Amino acid sequence: MSAELADDWRQGGFALYVHWPFCEAKCPYCDFNSHVAASIDHELWADAYLAEIDRVGALTPGRVLNSIYFGGGTPSLMAPATVEAVIRKAADRWHFANDIEITLEANPSSVEADRFAAYRSAGVNRVSIGVQALRDEDLARLGRLHTVDEARRAIDLGQRVFERVSFDLIYAREGQRLRDWEAELREAIALGTEHLSLYQLTIEPGTAFARRKAAGGLQDLPDEDLAADLFLATNEITEAAGLGAYEVSNHARPGAESRHNLVYWRYGDYAGVGPGAHGRLTLKGCKVATEGFSNPRTWLENVNAGGTGERPPVQIPWPEAAQEYLMMSLRLAEGTDLARYARMAGKPINASTINWLASAGLVDSAAGRLLASASGRAVLNELLAELMREGD
Amino acid sequence: MAPMTTDPKLIRNFSIVAHIDHGKSTLADRLIQMTGTVAERDMKEQLLDAMDIERERGITIKANTVRIEYPAKDGNTYVLNLIDTPGHVDFAYEVSRSMRAVEGSLLVVDATQGVEAQTLANVYQAIEADHEIVPVLNKIDLPAADPDRVREQIEDVIGIDATDAIEVSAKTGQGIPDVLEAIVHRLPPPKGDADAPLRAMLVDSWYDPYLGVVVLFRVMDGIIRKGDRIKMMQTGASYTVDRLAVLKPEMVDVPELGPGEIGVLTASIKQVRDTRVGDTITHEKRPCAEPLPGFQPAQPVVFCGLFPVDSAEFENLREAIEKLALNDASFSYEMETSAALGFGFRCGFLGLLHLEVVRERLEREFGIDLITTAPSVIYHVYMRDGSMIELHNPADMPDPSKIDRIEEPRIKATIMVPDEYLGDVLKLCQDRRGIQLDLTYAGSRAMVVYDLPLNEVVFDFYDRLKSVTKGYASFDYQMIGYRADNLVKMQILVNDEPVDALSVMVHRDRAEARGRAMCEKLKELIPRHMFKIPIQAAIGGRVIARETIPALRKDVTAKCYGGDVTRKKKLLEKQKAGKKKMRQFGRVEIPQQAFINALKMDD
Repeated sequence: MSAELADDWRQGGFALYVHWPFCEAKCPYCDFNSHVAASIDHELWADAYLAEIDRVGALTPGRVLNSIYFGGGTPSLMAPATVEAVIRKAADRWHFANDIEITLEANPSSVEADRFAAYRSAGVNRVSIGVQALRDEDLARLGRLHTVDEARRAIDLGQRVFERVSFDLIYAREGQRLRDWEAELREAIALGTEHLSLYQLTIEPGTAFARRKAAGGLQDLPDEDLAADLFLATNEITEAAGLGAYEVSNHARPGAESRHNLVYWRYGDYAGVGPGAHGRLTLKGCKVATEGFSNPRTWLENVNAGGTGERPPVQIPWPEAAQEYLMMSLRLAEGTDLARYARMAGKPINASTINWLASAGLVDSAAGRLLASASGRAVLNELLAELMREGD
Repeated sequence: MAPMTTDPKLIRNFSIVAHIDHGKSTLADRLIQMTGTVAERDMKEQLLDAMDIERERGITIKANTVRIEYPAKDGNTYVLNLIDTPGHVDFAYEVSRSMRAVEGSLLVVDATQGVEAQTLANVYQAIEADHEIVPVLNKIDLPAADPDRVREQIEDVIGIDATDAIEVSAKTGQGIPDVLEAIVHRLPPPKGDADAPLRAMLVDSWYDPYLGVVVLFRVMDGIIRKGDRIKMMQTGASYTVDRLAVLKPEMVDVPELGPGEIGVLTASIKQVRDTRVGDTITHEKRPCAEPLPGFQPAQPVVFCGLFPVDSAEFENLREAIEKLALNDASFSYEMETSAALGFGFRCGFLGLLHLEVVRERLEREFGIDLITTAPSVIYHVYMRDGSMIELHNPADMPDPSKIDRIEEPRIKATIMVPDEYLGDVLKLCQDRRGIQLDLTYAGSRAMVVYDLPLNEVVFDFYDRLKSVTKGYASFDYQMIGYRADNLVKMQILVNDEPVDALSVMVHRDRAEARGRAMCEKLKELIPRHMFKIPIQAAIGGRVIARETIPALRKDVTAKCYGGDVTRKKKLLEKQKAGKKKMRQFGRVEIPQQAFINALKMDD
């Protein structure tokens, strides 16, 4: 394997993802690995995270760490002491980048907002708040336990406590019209955060929404045309407000992009620690996929028994890694580095494919990069299928 | 030594003539059951219909036979041979030869429905074969049964005496003993000379994976024994009889069979194609002087292309078609290359049901996903230089400037329908370029006879007829020859590329309407792509209809983080696998079903 590929991950950087699997309630749209538990032994969990970081750290000695991300589940239910211990352990194992980003996902309930200062002291410097809607009736429909007032207070508090704040909204909700969403989005922008994650509601298999839809419910979800209009309007409004889409669903002032997520989308290396957490690590020149046991109990018992919380790692052949890189990087406004893709794949993307996609106005290619156009990004799944078929 | 064959006086051979759903198979089941031919625990519905497709669709495709031993009230035990024949018009030839193997028929008519067109076609075949006919009124247990009206109708429409028609319910078993007695006393015993040279008719043959080719035959004269050297008079081939048996309905070996008896033999015959239905079987050493009259091979009338959805499956398709052909001599095939679909086969069928049955068997029994192209009939294309080309694929249409005229096959269609639907039926026939030949009434039912072009019927005529008459019409047809008309080849262009597999022959006057209908259908059938796709119908270079499939506007995964990359990749793999069910034409993917569904008209 060429030395170039062994170092390929450096083009995306290196990050640590910590998964906290517990929530107070399961949201009807969520298909993430989250569980509702009666009681949690916080010390036992802290020990397990630290052990796993030690184990992964030993595989990746001396690396510079660009980001730590506490996701879930609801990590704002973690004891601040656990968060602090994890950050300290990471600092022991790796070299922190000067501008390391340490993000924690938080729910905007008042109880959780009260802990913001404690998380700040633990080392968290960025908070990502799951607001989801600025309309109380929609929050209720989305199964959220907070109100719009609480959300606004949490954002306000977050901006005072942390250097950097982002929040999430879900749009293309049942019954939502273009004009409704435009108004709501402008209110969101007026809250003044440097970063917004704006997701179209997707009915994922296995969720309560999926069951409701199968039973004939959720009739008034937007059709393809309205969904496309909502998507394009979102991009235009955020762009005009200086929060352009640097990724399909993510918007930031220049320089305020989520460094952690950029590691994923630029196909860097990331260690995943916790139940169901995924990782990608380049070890001895090979790209390896890791995945924690998704059942929290299984994960905890395995780690505390002195073993690993992970399933056996799977090696990803470089041509397949090239496809992952393409899938992730084409989501970004900066697009895909074609030379890097060709190195991984062992061959470049067929020029005639790029040409016809370009002539159809779906992609641009310039300065050695392939970018999805605005209309191309709206049909990215099809676009990728086309590019990946040619890659077969 | 006492003869081991059955005395012809104690044999009765018969078939059952009925319309689909009038209870033919149920009646056969009941006769078998009541005589104890099959143990109760082995009894299953539609016992004689061995193929899954036959059971599912409630139809009979292959002729099937059962030998029933019946102790009659007169103290004698009779051998009753029932040949269960196909009811559908596609298999008319199978019916005609089966009819010649027996002396009588039970005419089964649903006492709630009355006589149907198909009943007529088959009963005329029975009359032509000089059958004694016993009318049986079935479903007598239903409240809607009207036996007197139906008796009258049988006499009016068919012209046979129905005074002694037997009233039965094959479902409850009511009247079945009367049917058995009528078979014995009203049907004639077979004639034949046991001492004459062997003369037997080849009624049917099929391929059995364990036994090889099995031949069903009826002995007319002479005696056939196991170990005999026999000769097929049409093909000239000779064989040694390995095994001789009767069907009860499973094979039971017998040492010999004499005049009037029906049985099966195996003789190391390799493929069904080596046996010709209607051929005469005789002894090699002491042949009969004259073969049996009336041999004619079945001729395919409907043609279409069969292509594997996945072009890598071509060799599997070839193997499957060859295997299927072993058991179905009436279906023809040759290799075909399509610019759009690659390698496949051009296949000929007896009719549309036959086509569907073969296609379904290929998909089901051999697991091959198929693209079926537009069915076509055989056109006679007369060239200016005086030559004639038989065209069974629109893709092979010669340069129109060199064509003098095109003739197409016509049929005489007989449709019976309750008079409240008559208007819709007339409109349908008129729309399909029909010429009315006759219109008569029998009670509240009308019988219309139309001269129709076969190409207007091969595709969805029967479906449309059923739909406009809520299933109350019955339909039958026969070929009546060729006639010239103003026929043109219509091409379909998808994204400006002609797709040869969608080309059809149409009448010039109907081209615009057909072209519009096909373009509209394709607009629904082809999924949105990332770009807009024009669909056009054209004659020569002239576009006569056009639709546009708008571009796909949104298909993007909203959320995709580190953990999702594996899952997302799986989704894309699935998307790619889904594309394997489609065929690529330039940049456009056309789903397999579109080729056939594009032709269905909702007129």
